[in-house]
Amino acid sequence: MSEALLSVRDLCVDFTTYGRPLSVLKNVSLDVAARSQAALVGETGSGKTVTTKAIMGILRQPPATITAGRILYDGRDLLTMSKKERLALRGTAMAMVFQDPVRSLNPVFSIGDQMRTILKYADRRLGRHRTRTQRMDRVLEVLGQVRMREPERVARSYPVMLSGGMCQRVLIAMALLSEPKLLIADEPGTALDVTTQAQILRLLNKLVEEQDLALLMITHNLGVVRETSNYVYVMHNGKVVEHGRTDEIFAAPKEEYTGRLIAAVPRMTGGMSFGTREAAR
Amino acid sequence: MSGSMLRIENLTKTFPVRSAFGRISGEVTAVDNVSFDIEKGRVYGLAGESGSGKSTIARMIMGLTRPTAGKIFLDGLNITDTGSGRARRGKVQMVFQNPGSSLNARRTIGQSIAVPLDAHGHPRRDRARRIDELLEMVQLPAEFAERYPHELSGGQKQRVAIARALAIPPKLLVLDEPTSALDVSVQARVVDLLVDLGRRLDLTFLFISHDLSLMRNFAQSVGVLYLGKIVETGETAEVFENPQHDYTKLLLASVPVVSAEEEAMRPALPIVDGDILTSGSLLAGSKTGVERMEK
Amino acid sequence: MTDATTVSQPRRLSNADQNWYRFTRNPTALIGAGIVILCILAATFAPFITPYPDHVGAVVDFRSRHLPPSADYWFGTDNVGRDIFSRTIFGMRISLLLAVVVLGIAVPVGTILGLVAGYFGGWVDIIIMRITDIALAIPALVMALAVAAVLSPDLINAMLAIAGLWWTWHARLIYAITRQLRSQEFVEAAETLGAGKMHILFREILPNCVSALAVKTSLDCGFVIIVGASLSFLGLGIQPPTPDLGTMVASGSDFLPDYWWESVLPGCAILFVALGFILLGDGLRDLFDVEEVR
Repeated sequence: MSEALLSVRDLCVDFTTYGRPLSVLKNVSLDVAARSQAALVGETGSGKTVTTKAIMGILRQPPATITAGRILYDGRDLLTMSKKERLALRGTAMAMVFQDPVRSLNPVFSIGDQMRTILKYADRRLGRHRTRTQRMDRVLEVLGQVRMREPERVARSYPVMLSGGMCQRVLIAMALLSEPKLLIADEPGTALDVTTQAQILRLLNKLVEEQDLALLMITHNLGVVRETSNYVYVMHNGKVVEHGRTDEIFAAPKEEYTGRLIAAVPRMTGGMSFGTREAAR
Repeated sequence: MSGSMLRIENLTKTFPVRSAFGRISGEVTAVDNVSFDIEKGRVYGLAGESGSGKSTIARMIMGLTRPTAGKIFLDGLNITDTGSGRARRGKVQMVFQNPGSSLNARRTIGQSIAVPLDAHGHPRRDRARRIDELLEMVQLPAEFAERYPHELSGGQKQRVAIARALAIPPKLLVLDEPTSALDVSVQARVVDLLVDLGRRLDLTFLFISHDLSLMRNFAQSVGVLYLGKIVETGETAEVFENPQHDYTKLLLASVPVVSAEEEAMRPALPIVDGDILTSGSLLAGSKTGVERMEK
Repeated sequence: MTDATTVSQPRRLSNADQNWYRFTRNPTALIGAGIVILCILAATFAPFITPYPDHVGAVVDFRSRHLPPSADYWFGTDNVGRDIFSRTIFGMRISLLLAVVVLGIAVPVGTILGLVAGYFGGWVDIIIMRITDIALAIPALVMALAVAAVLSPDLINAMLAIAGLWWTWHARLIYAITRQLRSQEFVEAAETLGAGKMHILFREILPNCVSALAVKTSLDCGFVIIVGASLSFLGLGIQPPTPDLGTMVASGSDFLPDYWWESVLPGCAILFVALGFILLGDGLRDLFDVEEVR
């Protein structure tokens, strides 16, 4: 990979629960190049969520402690920079799309209000100036980018008036407001139906192309990995056990764990026989 | 083995829509004239997204909700209008979607498994032995009886839920998205277990899910539910390889897959007037769900 | 892939151990529990730890009346020369007894009504909850005043009057929780497994109400003690010479401000006991993470 936009180096995180420390991330390293699509895949408890939170700076400390490692964004270490610098990056240079679209939106404000507020604070952090109408224009522009049919009507709507898929698209639009270079998507569409999820994935793929974004997809779904990334990191028990080009890993996984994980996915072509041999006898 | 284990005839469920003052102002049809038949010893898959009515069908089969119209026959017996009690006893059980919430957090695993035993008058002195036996059947150690749900992993909890459903051996097991909350590797083992148990105990399965790839491999025949109606039904391989209805095509084309072979058999996305059809737009005259897809 | 048949992680702490760990790191709960235990011990062993246990009765010693706090009389003496410290400790007995009796009636009654109304719904719900609403609209103090005026002003009537209204708060709390739990999967699972109504109410739903009940009951102990003290202050509760904190504040207030200790120190005792229970309740709420109780 060329010069990385985001580079995590030997990240170690401990969690202290009931007075006992537990190592949850062990020397995690990963790179996301500018304008590339990477995926971080792992099962429950693999550490993918902790990694994401550490990158976004939303890891609750305590109970977590970052014991070692660096997180470099554009060559600068996020862990050593000042709070103010970090805050300026969050939601602007790197933005996150959360898993649950409906709960991530505040039900008492209209979509337009919420997006304008986010933009206002982002502008303030970056020292940019925009008038009210300019802000509204930007909001409508990104709503168009996420393929909303009538951006004006959506901006006037409240979250309850939109379907889950539309809420998810609003969340993506929110992440795009400040023209980030890196989009981190935490299981987008998992809370939605499969047809809606497919739409969201198609949308993300298009946005990456159109807007020169880098995408880091966090997921447990290997199908999603295959369809949205060209480089993949496989996590297991707090470690990156394997990484490489997505097509290569799917074709010939080197690690036994990755192989078992891919083999466990039921195929649409059928032919997977369940049940153990003893019982079949 | 032959004959019908579960026969559903023209099952319909409508829910009243109430205005602010509690007056009934209309109704929504959650399940619309659904019929299907599950042969003994088979696995029937009911595929559908949220709002398709699949959970309502399960609830009606379990007697948790009364149907508005239609009939339900279990092993030849009409159970349409009986509550969740006697007529279903020892015949049908259900494994719920979320093992986290289907087990009472304040009761031990043993206490949870004892519920059906006590309710069905299983001799008390035999209870501990039977709980051990059931735990062994789902491949869990006997000491789990003393633990609380929060001490178990998701897969282990779902095994407990299966053990509990089999405590008084049923003939039909309704599985409402039994693995959707589980990791894929854990899912494979839970399904292995279900298949083994099905063979050992002569179970018939009604498998309700939105996970089409799992359904392809687990169910022998499927019904595709869309807005309360079965839009397509048949042998699983047949439906998956040669889908007829636009909604089935859309559903099959939407599943993220892990191999090139699967990609090759994927139906093309149904396109109308240059727009990709989405589940909402299949409603007559509705444009709301259409995805704009300019080049 | 973790093997489903083996425990994937080191055995987690048991529920009780986790709660104990958090309890010992929760200053509010610890201080509250400390005060409550201290008060209960003091009240229980009052005859053995107080310097003048006989001053509980109608003892009169005019030579030592209105003495300020000293080494002999820690809280001073009252207008007939009795040791206020001894009487305060004995007074706590009455306060705690009041809390135990009132909540001993109100908690089970409220819980059962709340469970039944919440689970069955329909007419049962409407009848029980409307009665609850009506009872809620009557202030406990006014009710107690009325009862005392109609019957006679004594301890038993005061307790009955408070208990007769107090159950409503518990009914509302349990009702709200039950409504929420009733549609949960584990309740439906129990129904499909053939469990009876009694089993569902008392074995499935009730255990999930226990933490909320513990918080509410602890907070209520504090409030009941305050209401009880208010009643005796108004002369409607315990009659002299039995020592009661509220009565002592009332009779001492005749000699304010010169002999301030006669009312202020028993008043502080009320504050101390009530505060202990309320802190404990607040601490338990943090501990159990119960949102329903306010």
